[in-house]
Amino acid sequence: MAMSEAQAVAASEAELGLTPSTKPRGMFVRAWEVFAENKLALVGLGFVVFILLFCFVGPHLYVTNQINTDLMDTLCTPSGQHLLGCDDVGYDELGRLMVGGQTSLEVGLAAAVVSVLFGTLYGAISGFAGGFVDAIMMRVVDAGLSLPSLMVIIVLSVIFHPTVTVIIFIIAVFYWCGVARLVRGETLALRDREYVQAVKVIGGRPLRSVIKHIVPNAIGTIIVQATFAVADSILTLSVLGFLTLGVAPPATDWGSMLSDGLTYIQGGNYWWLIYPPGVLIILTCIAFNFIGDALRDAFETRLQRR
Amino acid sequence: MIGFLIRRIGQAIVVLFIVTVATLAMVHLFPGGPVRALLGERATPSAIAYYNQVYGFNQPFYVQYIKWVDQMLHGNLGFSYHLNLSVSTLLAQDLPKTIVLVLLGTVVSLIFGIPLGVYQAVHRNSWIDYVLTGVSFLGYSTPTYFLGIVLVDWFAVDTNIFPPFAPQGTTVLSILGDPRALVLPVVTYAFLLYALWSRYMRSSVLDNLVQDYVRTARAKGASELRVIWVHVFRNSLVSIVTLLGLSIPTLVGGAILIEVVFNYAGMGLAFYQAALNNDFEVLLGFTVVATLATIIGNLVADVGYGILDPRVRY
Repeated sequence: MAMSEAQAVAASEAELGLTPSTKPRGMFVRAWEVFAENKLALVGLGFVVFILLFCFVGPHLYVTNQINTDLMDTLCTPSGQHLLGCDDVGYDELGRLMVGGQTSLEVGLAAAVVSVLFGTLYGAISGFAGGFVDAIMMRVVDAGLSLPSLMVIIVLSVIFHPTVTVIIFIIAVFYWCGVARLVRGETLALRDREYVQAVKVIGGRPLRSVIKHIVPNAIGTIIVQATFAVADSILTLSVLGFLTLGVAPPATDWGSMLSDGLTYIQGGNYWWLIYPPGVLIILTCIAFNFIGDALRDAFETRLQRR
Repeated sequence: MIGFLIRRIGQAIVVLFIVTVATLAMVHLFPGGPVRALLGERATPSAIAYYNQVYGFNQPFYVQYIKWVDQMLHGNLGFSYHLNLSVSTLLAQDLPKTIVLVLLGTVVSLIFGIPLGVYQAVHRNSWIDYVLTGVSFLGYSTPTYFLGIVLVDWFAVDTNIFPPFAPQGTTVLSILGDPRALVLPVVTYAFLLYALWSRYMRSSVLDNLVQDYVRTARAKGASELRVIWVHVFRNSLVSIVTLLGLSIPTLVGGAILIEVVFNYAGMGLAFYQAALNNDFEVLLGFTVVATLATIIGNLVADVGYGILDPRVRY
C-alpha cells in the first residue's frame, strides 16, 4: 500500500533530521527538569509550601485569639496551653507567628507581582520604543535606582501610616526600577529578531509585539526577578515593622513582632519573642533565594536542548 | 572617552533633576501639606496659612523648586524645626560618624569577602565552597537589625563581652578611641556586606578562570598561585571596584538600621528621628545628600571601569 504524499514527505523529513522525532518539550518542562535536579531548590520549594500551609491553614488547626489581648497571660512561658508562650499583651506567640506570616507573605508576594508586572511592561515598552522615548524612560529608572530606597520608604511610611495595601505599593515603587532595566536589556536583544520584525511587516501594532512576542521570550528573566522580589519585599516589610512603621495592631508581621520582642531583650530570657519570628524571616527568604537561583540556572539553559 | 564622559555627566544631571523634583514633591504628600505635619493636628488654619506664607509653600511648585535648588546651591540645605539647627550643621555633626561606620564595615567585609570569594571560585564545589555559599545566603536573607539584636543578646546581655550600644562619643576620635563598643556594630554591618562581595568575587573569578590569558599564563609556566593572585585576581578586582561605586544605596540603608539598633548618633539615626518627628527639611536635605552620593558613585564606577580596564572602549 502506497504511502500518501504527506506521509512520505514527513518520513523523508524525519530521515533527514528536519523534524524532531518526538514533539519538542516545552520551555517550562525543560526548565522544571533542570530545576528538579537542584536539591536545595526542592528544599526551598518544600519550605515555601510548608510556610504557606503554616500561615494560612495553621490558624484553623491551632485556634488562638489574635484580636483581643489577654493581660492575665502577659509574657507567659511556653507551655501545653501556649506552645511558644505569649507576647507582651498576651497574644499566643505561635498563633501570632501564623497571623504575622500571613501579612509578610501577602505583602511579599503582592509587592513582587505588582513591581514585576509594571517593571516588565515599562522596560519592554522603553526598549521597544528606543531613541528619545527610551532615553527619557531610562533616566526615570536611573533616578529611581539613585534614590536611597530605604530612606524614601521610611518617609513614605511616615506620610501614609500605611495599611497592607499601601505598604505593597510603597515597596513596589522602588523594586520595579531594577526589573525594568533588566527587561529593557532583554528587549533590546529581542527587538531585531526576525519574528518581531515580521509582526511589524504584517502590520501588527507595537503593543502586540511587546505583549505577545517580547514579554514571553523574556519570561525566564521575569520569573527569576519575581522570585528574588518576594524575598526582598519580605525583608523590606520586616525592616518597616522593626522601625515601628509597619502595619497597625492588632494586625502584625514578623518584623513588628521582632520589634516588640526587642523591648524585653534586657529583662530576662524571653527567647520566644525574638528567635521564632527572626528565624522564620531568614528561612523564608533563604527558601525564595534558593528557588530563584535554581530558576536562573533552569532558564539560562533553556536554549540548550538537554 | 571625553565624549563618553560628557554624555555620562549629562545623563547624571538629568537624573539629578528628576530625583530632586520627586523628592520635593514627596514633601507635599503629607496629608494637609508639610506645614500641617510640622505644626501638628491641632494647628489653627491661620497659623498654617502664616507658615505657608513664611516658607513659600503657597507658591506654585516650580517657584518652590527653583528657590529650593537655589538655596541648596548656596549651601543652605534647610532648617530642622525640631532640633533648632540648620541641616548643614546637623550633617557636619553626624556625617563623619556615619562615614567612620561605613568605612570600617566596608573594609572589614572586603578583607573577608574578597579572599574567601577567590578561594570559593578556585575550589568550587568543595565542601568549604558549599559552607561559604550557605553563609552568603544567610547574609542575603538575614535582616540586618535581627543579626544586631542576636549579637547584642549573645555578647552583651548574656556574656557582657561587648557593650550593647555603639560608642556614644561626639567626635570621630572619641569614637575610634572606644574600639570595644565598635565591634558589634561593625561586625553586623560587615556581615551584611560580606555576602555581596564574596558572591560577586566568586562568580567574577569563575568567569576569568576560563579566559585565554589564564591558559597562556599557565602555559608559560606561571605557578598556580601566581596565576590566581597576579593574573585572575587583578582582573576580578575591577568589577569589585565598580560594584563598590554602585552599592551606595545599600551602604546607606545598612547604616540607618545599624545606627538605630546600636543607638549610634550618625546620619541614619538622625534621619530616622526626623522621619518620626515629621521634620521634613531634614528628610529632604539628607535624601538629597545621599542621592547625590549615589549618583557620583555610579558616575565614578562607570568612568573608573574604563580607566582600570583598558579593554573597555566607549
